[in-house]
Amino acid sequence: MSRVLVGVKRVIDYAVKIRVKPDKSGVVTDGVKHSMNPFDEIAVEEAVRMKEKKLAKEVIAVSCGPAQAQETLRTALAMGADRAIHVEVAGAEYETLQPIHVAKILAKISQDEKADLVIVGKQAIDDDSNQTAQMTAALLDWPQGTFASKVEKSDAGLTVTREIDGGLEVIKTKVPAVLSADLRLNEPRYATLPNIMKAKKKPMKKVSAKDLGVDLAPRIKVISVEDPPVRQAGSVVPDVDTLVAKLKEGGHV
Amino acid sequence: MSQPQRKAVIDLYRTLLHLGRDWPQGYNFFRQRLHKVFLKNSEEKDPKKVETMIKHGEYVVKEIEALYKLKKYRTLKRRYYDD
Repeated sequence: MSRVLVGVKRVIDYAVKIRVKPDKSGVVTDGVKHSMNPFDEIAVEEAVRMKEKKLAKEVIAVSCGPAQAQETLRTALAMGADRAIHVEVAGAEYETLQPIHVAKILAKISQDEKADLVIVGKQAIDDDSNQTAQMTAALLDWPQGTFASKVEKSDAGLTVTREIDGGLEVIKTKVPAVLSADLRLNEPRYATLPNIMKAKKKPMKKVSAKDLGVDLAPRIKVISVEDPPVRQAGSVVPDVDTLVAKLKEGGHV
Repeated sequence: MSQPQRKAVIDLYRTLLHLGRDWPQGYNFFRQRLHKVFLKNSEEKDPKKVETMIKHGEYVVKEIEALYKLKKYRTLKRRYYDD
């Protein structure tokens, strides 16, 4: 295995309180702190660890998005990726960019760069789609190890432990393959200041979706984005009898 | 202060400022307190004491990094996992 491709997405920082736009067309992103999707950090960390264990020779980070996506790529480079590819998608096209487009872009780049492994986060914390890894694997016709919580090298390829409902599943896969990182796969390192400085010297290539021959026409339309329902206030009951009566009324006992 | 120590202190201050950008109560809160602590000890001349302080600062850097990692991990765990 020589080359690992990692997909990273720039999302609203996990600690920011999300506000929905009054016209319900989306969420407020202007002047809001952004950072790398936490699951993508885990994906980058796994790729960098593979390189440190000499299982991989090169780690390439890819991000699709406006100019600011380069900041996210710098973070990936600071964490230890060797080079970055920025697929510029801006304006209206970026607003309707969906996993299918990103998967096509990743699949094309994987072939162009002759990648042996693609690692992405299992989902992004903004749209929670959880589709990119699966779609990329399908487009490339490669095996997939999604929700990986452990990845080990075995004779023919990789042994991947997957997080599934109520337990773990261990699968063996050949390479090339597509993996998606789950929360417990590893503990991503913090991008330190000196490493961020050094990352500025690492190569970053800029391409457009057009160069890659990927059509970005939207496949679905967002009708409305709404806040989750507000939790209703509780009330204090005077005694046990009232409590029991109220529980019965609500059908809880 | 000796030249290498002076550099170590400035590097430490920079590293901490960088970490302060992610501080939960905001960058300004962090920066003001950080500045105060460094100012308080700025008159220290004893190289041994300065060395201890640098060591302590490096320890604080590791602690803050660990704090951020844990905070992020716990938030995600609460949001996405039931157990």
